Amino acid sequence: MVKLTIDGKAVEVEKNTTILMAARTAGIEIPTLCYFQLKDMEIENRPGGCRICVVEVSGRRNLAPACTTTVTPGMVVNTHSIRVLNARRTVLELILSDHPAECLTCAKSGNCELQDMAQKLGVREIPFQGAQSTYRKDTSPAIIRDVDKCIMCRRCEMMCNEVQTVGALSAVNRGFMAVVAPAFEMNLEKSPCTYCGQCVSVCPTGALTEVDHSRNVINALADPTKTVVVQTAPAVRAALGEEFGLAPGTLVTGKMVAALRRLGFNYVFDTDFAADLTIMEEGSELLDRLTRHLNGDKNVKLPILTSCCPGWVNFFEHNFPEMLDIPSTAKSPQQMFGPIAKEYFGKKLGIDRRNLIVVSIMPCLAKKYECQREEFKVNGDPDVNYSISTRELAHLIKQANIDFASLPEEDFDNPLGESTGAGVIFGNTGGVIEAACRTAYELYTGKKLEKVEFNELRGMENIRHATIDFNGLPINIGIAHGLGNARKLLEDIQAGKSHFHAIEIMACPGGCIGGGGQPYHHGDSSILKARAAAIYREDAGKPIRKSHENPFIIELYKEFLEKPLGEKSHHLLHTHYFDKSAGVFVEE
Amino acid sequence: MAKIKLSDRKVQELKDVCKSFNNDKGELINVLHKAQGIFGYLPAEVQEVVAHELQVSVAHVYGVVTFYSFFTMTPKGEHPISICLGTACYVRGAEKVLDEFKRVLNIQVGETTADGKFSLSCLRCVGACGLAPVVMVGEKVYGRVSPDGVKDIVAEYN
Repeated sequence: MVKLTIDGKAVEVEKNTTILMAARTAGIEIPTLCYFQLKDMEIENRPGGCRICVVEVSGRRNLAPACTTTVTPGMVVNTHSIRVLNARRTVLELILSDHPAECLTCAKSGNCELQDMAQKLGVREIPFQGAQSTYRKDTSPAIIRDVDKCIMCRRCEMMCNEVQTVGALSAVNRGFMAVVAPAFEMNLEKSPCTYCGQCVSVCPTGALTEVDHSRNVINALADPTKTVVVQTAPAVRAALGEEFGLAPGTLVTGKMVAALRRLGFNYVFDTDFAADLTIMEEGSELLDRLTRHLNGDKNVKLPILTSCCPGWVNFFEHNFPEMLDIPSTAKSPQQMFGPIAKEYFGKKLGIDRRNLIVVSIMPCLAKKYECQREEFKVNGDPDVNYSISTRELAHLIKQANIDFASLPEEDFDNPLGESTGAGVIFGNTGGVIEAACRTAYELYTGKKLEKVEFNELRGMENIRHATIDFNGLPINIGIAHGLGNARKLLEDIQAGKSHFHAIEIMACPGGCIGGGGQPYHHGDSSILKARAAAIYREDAGKPIRKSHENPFIIELYKEFLEKPLGEKSHHLLHTHYFDKSAGVFVEE
Repeated sequence: MAKIKLSDRKVQELKDVCKSFNNDKGELINVLHKAQGIFGYLPAEVQEVVAHELQVSVAHVYGVVTFYSFFTMTPKGEHPISICLGTACYVRGAEKVLDEFKRVLNIQVGETTADGKFSLSCLRCVGACGLAPVVMVGEKVYGRVSPDGVKDIVAEYN
């Protein structure tokens, strides 16, 4: 242990602790900008680049960056001497001298850490007049790069490379021209970007933001010739409240439905319903492959990998093209909902698919890209027209002068709004495979599952595994969240070392609750944990908790789909994958 | 960006270089150094090969290539011209010599003439300070160069 003094307070911390962390244990919050951490999730960015966190250390000539300086015995630290405050403000003024002063119209305004820091440090003018670095704006199907606003904190680079191992972004050039960009400074669309959006969720400024489709949604709602239906992903209800000042982990399912109705959506449906449908198809596929494997079929591919997460789908299409036949062919819940809404629900009401607009509310940015994929269109008409993020929905609600907190709790419409607890837990890492186990167990064993919670599949560890007893048959399950962790499991499969029957993968840390489209958590991992707990609470409160017992799912099969993996399902609910590994950078 | 067809022989040579470094990510700079020796410069296609062999992202390779001024993505001219801007050459008027080369060739430092004949770069001291200011064309050294002499040097290669 090391004893030191910070702002006159005696502090005792472990050896090798940084001044920043030592101060935190003493309740002293030293301001930071480039530093970023998701505690307990092994995610940290500490380039020591911005110098906002400088402090004065007695006996040391220059100021010390608190994030990279480790404590020494007897150290005396001052975090707010006049010298520190002046240096800190000068550093910020220099950063701001190369930052566009566009706060009024910036998409990040109100959530910008640079803006907050300027407020906190009382910057009232920018005394340095110099050159401003300018770059071209890059708009991809999901993410906008406006790197004039980049402050080179390199959080996005850390997320993209260390956590996700995607490698789309890197710091390039040097000195004043240094910036984070894809290879050859080409568009993100040409890079191996998966649109997971984790770069957006950690960017402190408006350099990385989502493509905003909320205006398209407003236009559709205003068009009297269109019937507009909306579907809401499981993780949205556990996070939307944060945008309205409610405590993280507050479930706002009923208020969200009420708000959507007031926004003018004709039918408010639930992606959870489609999640139940996904379990019927994906669970049946798991059982089918498993039974064939047990019967000695050597051609069967195991483990089966979940395919609900579009960031993950993009990842394996770019990085593991030789394994395209391993993931389940089941579409994601968002994309199952689309054709069911247009080809079943719409047809029942006699609405032509072009006049039925499907909007999805997603915790995710990759969903924006997913709904634009060519294979999810019929004669150019997308199954899901627009996908907007939890944040964009919050903006819509605010624009419409809806007082969210005082809204009554309302129920989803039927038939595509009824869901089970199994559908809800899709929002958490481990949730899809738990939901699949609830159904697969009963279908395989013919027995009733007494306890529906599989606690061994829950948690926040990066890679988890468990063996579930299917009445004497041990099923080995693997779970990974974060694409870097997924890569490890996939490399095991490549090397023939995998002993799993089924693997669930979610691109984002924590699963969809930590998605790139969720309210900004600013590195507070307790927010992610509160959302995860809320999802499990919602599940526990549901009267039906197994997908195959959803009465509207049963009816859908009876009336329309006939059976899981049947011909209609194959046509509407399953997809195939593409090799995207080659030629992404260099065009002819 | 136009696709360049790299010669199979040179690509194989590059792959062998990577292998000689055990395809170790940590050797990226050394590999790029050798790669520039093989190809004369580091076009996108070469960077893709290096990234693939060392199992790092192309973005990362590009980041390293653009960070170090030694690496270039522009092919050098048939006759690369280097002007020494070391202290001795500088005080004896190397900058005026450089300006004259820019004017005569109509290119900036780091660029190559449209016909691919000449490229222009600067370096710091070739160890011939007694001859300052010094200019190198390929391996040939020219000493005591004055702006007036620039045209004659270029003419030797035209």
